[in-house]
Amino acid sequence: MTDLGLWAVPVAILGGAIRVSTPFLFVSLGEVLTERAGRINLGLEGTLVFGAMAGYAVAYESGSAWAGVLAAALAGVIFGLLHGLICSLPKVNDIAIGIALMLLGTGLAFFFGTPYVQPVAPRLPAIDLGFWSGIPQVQAALTVNVLFLVGIALALGMAWMLRATRIGLILRVVGDSTDAARAMGLRPNAIRIAATATGGAFAGVAGAYLSLFYPGAWSQGISSGQGLMAVALVIFARWNPLNCVWAALLFGGAGALGPALQSVGLSDGYYLYYAAPYVLTLGVLIATSSPNRATAGAPGELSITK
Amino acid sequence: MSHLPLSRRGFLRGTAGLAGVTALSSLPLAARAADKLTVGFIYVGAKDDYGYNQSHAEGAAALKSMPGVTVVEEEKVAETVDVTKTMESMINFDGATLLFPTSFGYFDPFILELAPKYKTVRFEHCGGLWTDKDPKNVGSYFGYIDMAVYLNGICAGHATKSKKIGFVAAKPIPQVLENINCFLLGARAVDPSITCQVIFTGEWSMPVKEAEATNALCDAGCDVITAHVDGPKVVMQTAAGRGAYICGYHANQSALAPDKYLTGAEWNWGKVYTDFLTKVMAGGTIDNFVRGGLAEGFVKMSPLGPAVSDAARKQFADTQAAILKGGFSVFKGPMKDNTGKEVIPAGKVYLETDVALESMNYLVEGVLGTTS
Repeated sequence: MTDLGLWAVPVAILGGAIRVSTPFLFVSLGEVLTERAGRINLGLEGTLVFGAMAGYAVAYESGSAWAGVLAAALAGVIFGLLHGLICSLPKVNDIAIGIALMLLGTGLAFFFGTPYVQPVAPRLPAIDLGFWSGIPQVQAALTVNVLFLVGIALALGMAWMLRATRIGLILRVVGDSTDAARAMGLRPNAIRIAATATGGAFAGVAGAYLSLFYPGAWSQGISSGQGLMAVALVIFARWNPLNCVWAALLFGGAGALGPALQSVGLSDGYYLYYAAPYVLTLGVLIATSSPNRATAGAPGELSITK
Repeated sequence: MSHLPLSRRGFLRGTAGLAGVTALSSLPLAARAADKLTVGFIYVGAKDDYGYNQSHAEGAAALKSMPGVTVVEEEKVAETVDVTKTMESMINFDGATLLFPTSFGYFDPFILELAPKYKTVRFEHCGGLWTDKDPKNVGSYFGYIDMAVYLNGICAGHATKSKKIGFVAAKPIPQVLENINCFLLGARAVDPSITCQVIFTGEWSMPVKEAEATNALCDAGCDVITAHVDGPKVVMQTAAGRGAYICGYHANQSALAPDKYLTGAEWNWGKVYTDFLTKVMAGGTIDNFVRGGLAEGFVKMSPLGPAVSDAARKQFADTQAAILKGGFSVFKGPMKDNTGKEVIPAGKVYLETDVALESMNYLVEGVLGTTS
C-alpha cells in the first residue's frame, strides 16, 4: 500500500462521497418526486429500513442480490401506496401519517429481520472505475456500485422529465395547484398516490443499497437517520433533482471526514469532525437563506407552504 | 414486557405456606435454597447483534433451561434514565429479584442510585468497578478479555506485512483502551516495530461509520484489523473485502471470511451465568466483585484460522499456556503512553487481575490515535 500522507484525506472524502451518498441520493430523489406532486412523506426513513431488511432477506433466501433490490423496491411501493391512499382521505395530515409509517416501517423491519442479522447475503456487484490508477487507495475509492450510477441517471432523467415532458408538467401542476390540475381534467389524488408510491420505491432501493452493498449487512442499527436527513436534503436542494446529487455527495464526503482525519493522525476532537455534515447543513442553509426566497422552488400545495 | 402469572406477593405467600409443611421451615430464610427466581437481563442494543449483546443474550438463554428460573429481557435500553425505568418495571411488575444490566454506562449513576431503594434485589452489573463504598446489594463482574485480545495481537503481529495494524473502536472507555493497548502489545511481542492505528466512531453501533473507519484504516495501510464495537460484523466484512486479515471480537465471526479470519476474542457468558444461578439457587450469594479470564472460562479464543502461520501457532500456544498458568503480565514498566509520558514506572508489574488496569486512560506508545 502506498503511503499517501495528507493526500489520504481528499482520497477518503472522494471515496466516502461515492460510497455513502447513494442512500441519500435515492431517498432525496424519491422525496423530490413526492413533494413535487404536493405531498410530504416523512415515512421514507421507515421505508428505507424496511427496504434494507426486505432486500437482505430476499437476497439471502434467493441467492440473488438483484432480487433483493427488486423486493426492496416493491416493499417501498407498498409503503408509498399506503401513505398515498391514507393521505387522500379528507382532512388527513400527511406529516403525521409519515411519522406513523416511519415507526411502522422500522418496527416491522426489526420484527421480521431478526433471523437475518447473522447470515451473509450476496452483495451487489461493483464496477472498478479506478483501474487506471496504480494507487490501491484510489482504486478502492473508485469502486463504484451500479446503484450509484443508476441514481445519477435517475437524477438526470427526473430533471429532464420535470422540465420538458408532459408527465413532468402534470406533476408540477398537481403539486402547485390542485384547482388548476382539476381544471385541466387531471385527478390530483391519483397522481399524488402514484408519485408517493414511486418515491417509496426509491427509498426502498436506498435501503437495499445499505444492506446489500455498503456497509453491506442487515442490523437494527443499519440506518443512522439517512432517510430523515435526505428529506431535509430536499429542502436544501430546492426540490431540484440535480441539486440532490450535489447535496448527497456533500453529505457523504462530510461523513468520511472524521475517520479519514483520524487515519492520518489528526485525531484530537473527533466528535467535532463527526458533526461536520450537520454543521455543513446549518452553514449552507444560513448562507442561502433570505426572507424573500425562503421557500423558493417549493411546490405550492405542500402542507408546509400552504 | 410480559406480566407473569405469579406476582411477587403471591410468590412470597406461596413459599411461606410451603415452608410451614416442610422441614425447611426450621432453617433461617436466607440460608434456604430459593426454588423460584426471576432474573432480568437488560441490553443496550438489539439482542441479536452478532456481538456484545448477543453474547449476553446467549448467556441468558442458557439459564432458561434451569428449573425454577424465569428470565425476562429487554433490549435497546439506553444508558439514560430509561434503564432505571426498565429496572423498576422488572422489579415491580415481573418480580425480578436478580438483575443483570449488561451495559457499561448503566452502572454509575443509575444502578448505584436505584440499589438502596430495593435492598432485597440483587443488581449484577457487567463491566463496572464495585468498591466497598457501593451498596452491598450491587455486584460487578467482568472477564479479562484483554488477554484474549493480546492473543489476537500475536496472530496479527505474525500476519501483518505492512507492520501496521488497525483497530475500530467505539468509545474511549477503559475497557476499550485496554483492548487497543493489548492488541498492539501482543503484536509487538512478535515485532516491536509494529504500530496500531485506532479510529473511534463515538457510538457502540453505527454501521456506516464503522465501514468508513475500516476503509480509512485500509487506506492508511493497515493489513490486520479488529474492532471493539457492539456488532463487529460490518468491520469484519469490510476489512476482509479490502483484503485485510481480521481478528474477531465478542463472538466467533469466522463464518464471515474464513480465509481472512485469524482468531477472535469471545465471551463465554453462558458458563458465567449458569455458575451464578447455581450458586443463588443453592442459597448462596454472588460475590460483589467477580472477575475471570481464559483460565476461569469467562472468555475463550476462536479456533485459529488457516492463515495463521506455524510460528504464530507456536507463540500463540506458548503465550496462552502462560496466561492459563497465571502470573502473566502485559503491562509492566517502564512503559510510555503515545504522548511520551511514562505511565508505568520501571519495576512496576500489573497482573491481569490488577484493579488499577480497569481505570486505564491512556494509549501506549505505538498506538496512533488519541483518547479524546
